[in-house]
Amino acid sequence: MAETETRTRTGTTTTRTAVRLEAVTKDFGTVRAVDAVDLTVREGEFFSLLGPSGSGKTTLLRLVAGFEQPTAGRIELAGDDVTATPPNRRDAHTVFQDYALFPQMSVEQNVAYALTVRGVRKAERLARAREALTTVRLDGFAARRPAELSGGQRQRVALARALVDRPAVLLLDEPLGALDLALRQEMQTELKELQRTTGITFLLVTHDQDEALTMSDRIAVVRDGRIEQTGPPVEVYERPATAFVAGFVGTTNLLRGEAAVRVVGRPGTYSIRPERILLTEPAEPPAEAVSSADGRRTVTGRVTDIVHAGAHTRFTIALPHGDRLTVLRQNLTGLPQSARPDGQIGLSWDEKDAFPVPS
Amino acid sequence: MPAAPTSGSRLRLIALLAPPLLWLTLAYLGSLAILLLSAFWATDSFTSDVVHTWNTDNFHELLTTPVYRTIALRTLSIAVAVTVIDALLALPMAFCMARVAGRRWRRPLLVAVLTPLWAGYLVKAYAWRVMLGEDGVVGAALAPFGLHGPGYGTTAVVIVLAYLWLPYMILPVYAALERLPERMLEASADLGAGAWRTLRSVVLPAVRPAVFAGSVFTFSLSLGDYLTVQIVGGKTQLLGNVIASQVTLDLPMAAALSAVPVVLIVCYLAAVRRAGALDSL
Repeated sequence: MAETETRTRTGTTTTRTAVRLEAVTKDFGTVRAVDAVDLTVREGEFFSLLGPSGSGKTTLLRLVAGFEQPTAGRIELAGDDVTATPPNRRDAHTVFQDYALFPQMSVEQNVAYALTVRGVRKAERLARAREALTTVRLDGFAARRPAELSGGQRQRVALARALVDRPAVLLLDEPLGALDLALRQEMQTELKELQRTTGITFLLVTHDQDEALTMSDRIAVVRDGRIEQTGPPVEVYERPATAFVAGFVGTTNLLRGEAAVRVVGRPGTYSIRPERILLTEPAEPPAEAVSSADGRRTVTGRVTDIVHAGAHTRFTIALPHGDRLTVLRQNLTGLPQSARPDGQIGLSWDEKDAFPVPS
Repeated sequence: MPAAPTSGSRLRLIALLAPPLLWLTLAYLGSLAILLLSAFWATDSFTSDVVHTWNTDNFHELLTTPVYRTIALRTLSIAVAVTVIDALLALPMAFCMARVAGRRWRRPLLVAVLTPLWAGYLVKAYAWRVMLGEDGVVGAALAPFGLHGPGYGTTAVVIVLAYLWLPYMILPVYAALERLPERMLEASADLGAGAWRTLRSVVLPAVRPAVFAGSVFTFSLSLGDYLTVQIVGGKTQLLGNVIASQVTLDLPMAAALSAVPVVLIVCYLAAVRRAGALDSL
């Protein structure tokens, strides 16, 4: 494919789009899985679709791959309308959640499949398959069968198979879902690295916020077939556009109605990230939430639960009137005296860290 | 890992397995052994009584008489032809049932394939005899094209046997195709393969063991059949007919002839075992 050779590499800032969805809707019978979604993925970008299971994110990916036909709307790959193009003529490859390696073929034959299909000469085919296997650090596994590999190794084969002919877009459907935690974190770093060195646009589907936050250039948070917010990880995390995003991306303290008035001091819906709340010595006597002159807000509460989680500790604090706040604290220095179960403790946060979210 | 059986549970196991094992050894393997044993006996040419004298004359006659060799080869060819035809018919049919037809249609289609198995063998064979006869529908259907029906003979035998054993080929192939994950087909298309390439590189390798499994049935049932050939075979003779006609005249010779399909089937099973077909039975 000629256009793959002229593609811009990493480093060149480009505003060309790799994937564009315009008002794409997909119905399965009476169920609307994707509801008028507009989405633009830039070339060379690591883009994640983040959402709970059943949110329609996988359907979105399958629409881009061509496994599903949209009920309405338009899909573009690299500027070309591919809405009616079958999967085998789209310049995008998929890494499936269960890898979908061909069991009767060797690792090498699996990886070379895209080249075999296109009639690439055997010598070149094998050379490029080996090269792809080297990229995913699987040299020496060429002759094995998929059944003889571990989960992590199969994952790498699936990656090599999808990258071997350098597609314009790589679609990854929960690629790390079946791996254990340590391997998952290792693969996160590797995927990001792979994306950077190849310059191929990655479109990743995941329900794991850590995964999305760690690897992506931009994230789209999907819920009920719609996109709630699109933006860089920092923005999505720090400035969630909706209460759902605030709750789904990272943990947060959501305060609504009466609770908002009591704790934040204003009506509406507010989100305070648990790591933004500081633990202090309690005020004497115990006080309800008040604002201080330096733009901070303080309150006294009672510690109801302490969970030590390695690098940080999670406190649950009961405030007057029964409101609860979760506080995350890095285990850097000693704790205030009163940070023990049932102890009275002071909480303090910057008023700017209690930010309003449309509910 | 299951725990090692205690002596009590081992006794129960033996008690449970003894009757079927006894049945298998005595009734099944025993009769086969006696059959093979009797092939080494002789027949008194005047009285047609079996004489219990040990000799290999029957096998000698079997291997040196050209007519026996011709019949054995003919039987083998017919069994191979029936198997190949069934495989070629079953693949697209099973594919339609498992992959093309909607989920709602699968069960009715499966029943449609199985129903003929419930009808009597003779009924089906005679139905074909009528259809293939002088004024049968087959001839009538071919007449406008200036063709004639095959009439009674080897071709008719192949057609009818292929018809009779087709369900035994469709069922394992259908099961294999239904087990084939949709993801495999998607992955193939995703990597640029068209329908034919996917069929050749992904679907066929996945159903190959099932085709071999089905062929065990079509092949062995065809080798042993002797009724169909009597009904639609005209003058064609197969091993089964020869054995049947020898049973009353020369039982040891019939036994020696029976050893031929047994040997062929054992060879065939050994061959398909290498292809992994027996794993999916």
